[in-house]
Amino acid sequence: MSTFARIITIFWKDILTELRAREVVTSVLVFSLLVVVIFSFAFSTRIDTAELVAPGILWAALTFGGVLGFNHTFAVEKENSRLEGLMLCPVDRAVIYWGKLAGSFTFTMVVAIIITPIFLALFNLPLFLPRLLLVIGLASLGFAAVGTLFSAVAINTRARDIMLPVLFLPVVVPVVVAAVRATAVVLADKSWSDMLTWLQIMIAFDIVYLVVSTLVFDFVVEE
Amino acid sequence: MNGRRNLINNLLFGLGLALMIAALYMVFMYVPTEKSMGIVQRIFYFHVSLAWVSFLAFLVTFVFSICYLRKRLLKWDYIAHASAEVGVVFTTLVLITGPIWAKTAWGIWWTWDARLTTSLVLWLTYIAYLLVRGYATEPARGARFGAVVGIVGFIDVPIVFLTVNVWRTQHPTTIIFTDGITAPMLMTLVVCIAAFTVLYVLLTAQGAGLKSLETSIKRLKIRRTG
Repeated sequence: MSTFARIITIFWKDILTELRAREVVTSVLVFSLLVVVIFSFAFSTRIDTAELVAPGILWAALTFGGVLGFNHTFAVEKENSRLEGLMLCPVDRAVIYWGKLAGSFTFTMVVAIIITPIFLALFNLPLFLPRLLLVIGLASLGFAAVGTLFSAVAINTRARDIMLPVLFLPVVVPVVVAAVRATAVVLADKSWSDMLTWLQIMIAFDIVYLVVSTLVFDFVVEE
Repeated sequence: MNGRRNLINNLLFGLGLALMIAALYMVFMYVPTEKSMGIVQRIFYFHVSLAWVSFLAFLVTFVFSICYLRKRLLKWDYIAHASAEVGVVFTTLVLITGPIWAKTAWGIWWTWDARLTTSLVLWLTYIAYLLVRGYATEPARGARFGAVVGIVGFIDVPIVFLTVNVWRTQHPTTIIFTDGITAPMLMTLVVCIAAFTVLYVLLTAQGAGLKSLETSIKRLKIRRTG
C-alpha cells in the first residue's frame, strides 16, 4: 500500500464510523447554530449592522464548533482501546496524523458548508458567495492541523474537555483574525486584492502547522 | 560538582543583587524624568526589561523542548519547564506594567496593537503549557506534551505578530522619548535589562534544580515503598 492509500484507509474508517453513528457532524452543527443565535441576541443585530458583526459571529461559531469537533477526533479512539489498535497499525505515525486530519478537516468543512448558508439567510446576506468557500477551506485546514494534534494531547490529560480549547484557541488566533477579515471582504463584495493578504496568512499558517504537526505528532502518541 | 554549582549560583546571586540595586538607583534617582510623560515613564525601564526577558524565556523553552524531544535528557526538560514558569510570571508583570504606563502615555489601558496582542497570546499559550504539564496523567507524558506545546506555541509568535500588524495598521506608534533617547536613559535601560536577565537565569537555574530534586525524592520514595 502506498502512503496515500494508507492515509485514505484511516480517513475512510473515520468517515464510515461517522456515517453510522452521526455523532460529530450533528452535535457540532447544532452547537454552532446555537452560537450564531446566542451571538445575534448578544449583539442585538439589526439589518444595518449585520455586515459589521456577521463575520465575527460566523467565525466564533465555527471556531467553538471546531473545538467541540476536534475533542471528538481522538476521544472516540479512547473507547474500546481503539487507540492502541490504531497505534499497532504497521504505518508511520505521520500517516495516522494525516488520516485523522483528513477526517476532521472533512467534518469541519461539512459543518461549515451547512452552517454558512443558514447563517447568511438569518442575516439577510447574499447566499451565493463562492469566494467564502475558499476562506472556509483555508481556515478549516488550519483549524484541523492544530486541532488534530492537540486532540491527541488532550485525551491523555485529566480534564481533557477543557485542555483542548485552552491549547487550541491561543494558537489559532491568526487564522481567526484572517478568516474574519477575509469574510468581511467577501460580504462587502470588495476585490480579490483586498483579501489577498489574509489568504496569504492563512496559507502560510496552514503550511507551517501541517509540517510542524507532522513532525511532532510522533512524540505525542508514542508509548 | 555540587560545590562548583553552588559557587556559580552564589556568584550569580551576588551579581544579580548588585545589578538590581544599581538598576533601582538608576531608575529612581539617576535618570532624568522624561519631559512629556513625566514620572510614570520610569516604569518603562522595568517594562521593557521584563518583556525582553519573557521573550528570552520562551525562546529557551522552545530550544530546550526540541533538545529534550531529540535526546530525552530529563535535565533539558527541567530547564524548559522552569524557563516557561519564569516566562509566564514575567509576562504577567509585562501585562500589568504596560497598561499602567499606557494609561498615562496614550490615555488608554489597552490597545490591540501587534506587540500587546502578541504578548497576550504568548501569555495564554504558556499558561496552556503549564496546564497541560500539570494535568498530564504522568510526568513523562507531561514532559513530552509540554515540549510539543513549547514548540508549536513558539512558532506561532511571528505569525500572530504579522497578522495583528496587518489587522491594526492604525496602531499608535510607541513614542518612548519625545526628544530621542539620551545617554543616561540608554544606560539605565541597559543596566535594567542586565539585572533582569541575571534574575531570569538565576530563577530558571533554581527552578530546574528544584525539579531535579523533586524527581530524586520521588524515586527514593518509590524505592522505599516498592
